[in-house]
Amino acid sequence: MSSQSNTLPASFEPQEVPPAVMANTRPLYWCVRRELWENRAIYVAPLVVAAVALLGFLIATLGRALSTPDLAKRLTVLEEPFTFAMGVLMATTFVVGIFYCLDALYSERRDRSILFWKSLPISDLTIVSSKAIIPFVVLPVLTIIVTLALQWVMLLVASLVVAGSGLSVSAFWANVSIPRMTLMLAYHLFTAHVLWYAPIYTYMLLISGWVRRAAFLWAALPPVAIGVIEKVAFNTRHFSVWMLYRFAGPQNFDFPRAGNMPMHMAPLDLAGFFSTPGLWTGLVLAAIFFVATVRLRRVRGPL
Amino acid sequence: MACIEARGLHKAFGATVALDGIDLRVEEGRILGLIGPNGAGKTTALNAILGLTPYQGELRILGRDPWAERDQLMRDVCFIADVAVLPRWLRVSQALEFMTGVHPRFDRSKAEGFLAKTTIQRKSKVRELSKGMVAQLHLALVMAIDARLLVLDEPTLGLDILYRKQFYDSLLNDYFDRTRTILVTTHQVEEVQHVLTDLMFINRGRIVLNCSMEEFEARYAEVTVRPDQIAAAQAFKPIYERQLLGRKILLFDRVDREQLAQFGEVRTPSIADLFVAVMGNQPGMAQGAAL
Repeated sequence: MSSQSNTLPASFEPQEVPPAVMANTRPLYWCVRRELWENRAIYVAPLVVAAVALLGFLIATLGRALSTPDLAKRLTVLEEPFTFAMGVLMATTFVVGIFYCLDALYSERRDRSILFWKSLPISDLTIVSSKAIIPFVVLPVLTIIVTLALQWVMLLVASLVVAGSGLSVSAFWANVSIPRMTLMLAYHLFTAHVLWYAPIYTYMLLISGWVRRAAFLWAALPPVAIGVIEKVAFNTRHFSVWMLYRFAGPQNFDFPRAGNMPMHMAPLDLAGFFSTPGLWTGLVLAAIFFVATVRLRRVRGPL
Repeated sequence: MACIEARGLHKAFGATVALDGIDLRVEEGRILGLIGPNGAGKTTALNAILGLTPYQGELRILGRDPWAERDQLMRDVCFIADVAVLPRWLRVSQALEFMTGVHPRFDRSKAEGFLAKTTIQRKSKVRELSKGMVAQLHLALVMAIDARLLVLDEPTLGLDILYRKQFYDSLLNDYFDRTRTILVTTHQVEEVQHVLTDLMFINRGRIVLNCSMEEFEARYAEVTVRPDQIAAAQAFKPIYERQLLGRKILLFDRVDREQLAQFGEVRTPSIADLFVAVMGNQPGMAQGAAL
């Protein structure tokens, strides 16, 4: 090695072997960046949806709001899209997360690049963690950032209309409070998308590491099949009800959902949320799926 | 410490035995060619060495258990698989960044130096490169790793003659330094004959020949025998006979070259000819069908 580098006249620094022990977070950091290089939909999809939502909002303000003579109704037209845009962005990143997870450990086996990744000193735990970080950290943070940017632009446009209508901008701002909406968005993302949906994402990761083809079918068919068998065999619907519960959330407290998210802040019921037994069964399931995925990554080769 | 050490290495897929009790010891600084027909167990052996598959028996690579410690082992081992396995979406610049970020022994300036000798653009994606360029890129990445063992599985498959020649030339001139170990499997035996220091034939999960190239040259001799002397030459028990342009060529194992010289010109056989001879004598293998 040294004889090699001596022939390079431009290198002034001593050619030392880099330290063999690195901080453990560096490979993880680069693996997450690698996921973003490969899957640009992770950030492109929310940006496209935000652009579309902004276009819709411009039509709503410049068209519908300005043509509404009743000033109170005009305010409602201006206020409505804020929470709707938030919900659409959340739904987008949820769908992106599901499809990302279904492909995450499948595509590297399909294109044989798993042989390249496995030739590097990166553990299977690091690889699977880097893939889980996308739905659990990257997508929620991205949702908040894109939503914030979108809402600020919307607020600016709406404020111009409000001021032009001779109404109080500060009253409008008090009503459409971006900090309040952001807090609610963060709460919803953390409770519903990260914690409650944790078993869904990890289940998808497990399926993507296991199947030889048609990942979506393999992910969707077993739950449907179990539900059908139970219904036909015992005429009960326990499994279907349970699956619905996993997607819709517990009913015993105000579980925030995209569709019915109130404009004004419901009291954040974290205590109620964390005392829901279903949350903890879900998290245990998620942990089992995650460990199984790491073990599966170890034995799986190219397809 | 031996670079590769295996005792009773065994691996079966259901009823199919891929590795049938392999004993192997490869010292550091060797270039070992692992040659065998399709389905002989080459890839399984490499997968076991690289920690990609579990196995029975004992296996130590640079003192480590590859199945239990793959990620640790890969700091000292690098690997180029049969066909280009670089992901098609990856940019050349991203490959360099990523390797710098995750590999403690990757020297980016070295990789840049190798790439400067090629026409590969930094901003190109792998999918935009020709097959030969992808091989050049992969080789540049791997040669910039200060590894102790390099495993090559059919590295030149599908490359044209120029790229194949260049591949082994760079490997010998820019990489091999007599302390590193290289393990290569290939069907293109003629192009590695002068590269190897050691030779191993594997068939049906067993090692059927294991010798250094010096031993190979000392042990095996090939003679084109004049027609009137065939019977006399056959008395020395050739391990293989073949016909070429109407003349008989006999291959001998451990027969004195001076004695053979009376029958005609004595040469060292090519690995390919020895391979055919050794495999042809294996049960269940039609003569000459192996290559």
